[in-house]
Amino acid sequence: MNVVTATGRLTLDAIGEIGRIANFAGRGGTTWFFGPFYWRAFFDALARIGYASLPVVGLTAIFTGAALALNIYEGALFNVEAFLPQILGVSIVRELGPVLAALMVAGRCSSAMAAEIGTMRVTEQIDALSTLSVDPFKYLIAPRILATTLALPLLVLTADIIGVYGGYLVSVYALGFEPTHYVTNLVDFLSVDDVTSGLVKAAVFGFLISVMGCYYGFKSRGGAGGVGSATRTAVVAAAVSVLASNYLMTSLMVEV
Amino acid sequence: MTRDLKKISIHGLNKAFGDNHVLRGVNLDVAKGQSLVVIGGSGTGKSVLIKCLLGLLKVDKGAIEIDGVNIARQTGGDRRLMARQSGMLFQSSALFDSLKVWENVAFRLIYAEKKSHKQAREKALDCLAQVGLAPEVGDLSPAELSGGMQKRVGLARAIAADPEILFFDEPTTGLDPIMADIINNLIVDRVKALGATTVSITHDMASARKIADEIAMLYQGQIIWRGKPDDIEHSGNPMVDQFVHGRAEGPIQMQVRRDFISKK
Repeated sequence: MNVVTATGRLTLDAIGEIGRIANFAGRGGTTWFFGPFYWRAFFDALARIGYASLPVVGLTAIFTGAALALNIYEGALFNVEAFLPQILGVSIVRELGPVLAALMVAGRCSSAMAAEIGTMRVTEQIDALSTLSVDPFKYLIAPRILATTLALPLLVLTADIIGVYGGYLVSVYALGFEPTHYVTNLVDFLSVDDVTSGLVKAAVFGFLISVMGCYYGFKSRGGAGGVGSATRTAVVAAAVSVLASNYLMTSLMVEV
Repeated sequence: MTRDLKKISIHGLNKAFGDNHVLRGVNLDVAKGQSLVVIGGSGTGKSVLIKCLLGLLKVDKGAIEIDGVNIARQTGGDRRLMARQSGMLFQSSALFDSLKVWENVAFRLIYAEKKSHKQAREKALDCLAQVGLAPEVGDLSPAELSGGMQKRVGLARAIAADPEILFFDEPTTGLDPIMADIINNLIVDRVKALGATTVSITHDMASARKIADEIAMLYQGQIIWRGKPDDIEHSGNPMVDQFVHGRAEGPIQMQVRRDFISKK
């Protein structure tokens, strides 16, 4: 096989895979409109993906906010007390909050989804769902996609607040800033658009993370090795799709 | 046998995976209330046949009629509606490990038939009692059960909605002979009580003799013999004879064995 043939085959495979993921995402994202909707499965997913991710997202946010404050302080040439909260706020709310929270959720939840659904696939539990007259898409996939898409903006909002607070702690207690200056500069500079753009991104990230976790789990085959491979691929695909979609959305949101 | 007595009719069923033609024109009828056991070696297409019957695999060619309705081309809601009249016991039991035992048994009642949790739990505990399990088992997780108990729970789940058709995939695989016989007895007992039509696949001849009204042998994607359990010892078919008596020598040659011999 020559290089051209191999490249062509790889390209076709990639396009085919993107098409299959898009088809899966379309079905998973719309199937709950047509009922029945399994509320218990939805709330279970919401608790596992949203509530249980709070500690890891919170810790990531507070340390990122704190480290960012130190970096901005060191790099600022003048009027650092005014600029630091502004740069930190925009960075956290528009970029770091959504992206870091999404990456943490991708690592924590898309792997769990792929492993759980993949294990169900290889142990015939998904076949069993069909034989029990329950659509696996409606019971397994739709609740997870909806729960992640709704949970991630809430997690990001929390991460934004905690991240900015991390910056506040360092600015006030380590760098000696006046607390009211920090808050005033932050609030005056940040706009509602900054916050909502981050939350919109978060919803898209949540959708992509859950689609990757569910898709690779759902199509896994061949026992423990297949489930392991599905889990690994799901995490990588979720992380890459978060970063790539972040660039695309940012390029649409930012006026250059 | 007249046509109106047939519960399940399979005509010219074909299924291939790429170049591998697993089913090559399977024809089978199962009369209402009858128990048909399909036997055959590993890789002969037994599992593919039962998955086609359950709608888990798409049929390439042929028809599967249940009560005269061809379900081979049905999808989505129509297929699930048809699935409501059947129950399935999986080889691995396939219990949902995130749910308690009683929730597994009551799954269809809660999620497909929209019964209240109270009604579904009562029915689940009744089904567990029918397969010889105490009510306390209902609150355990499937992971806390032995293989035999998991099979019983799988059987309880299969019969919970009082299905007209039951499918059994290797119901005794992995069980010791005593537990296998207990499961066979439970299957015979529950199937009689329900008056259900059953299709089972197995390579366990003791199980086949016990639960079958008729036995069919699948070989290379086709039914090569069919008859009563009492007749299988004198089938006159050398392949059936070899399989029933578990002989390595005979017309059925395993690929692995041929390769091994040729290397020697």
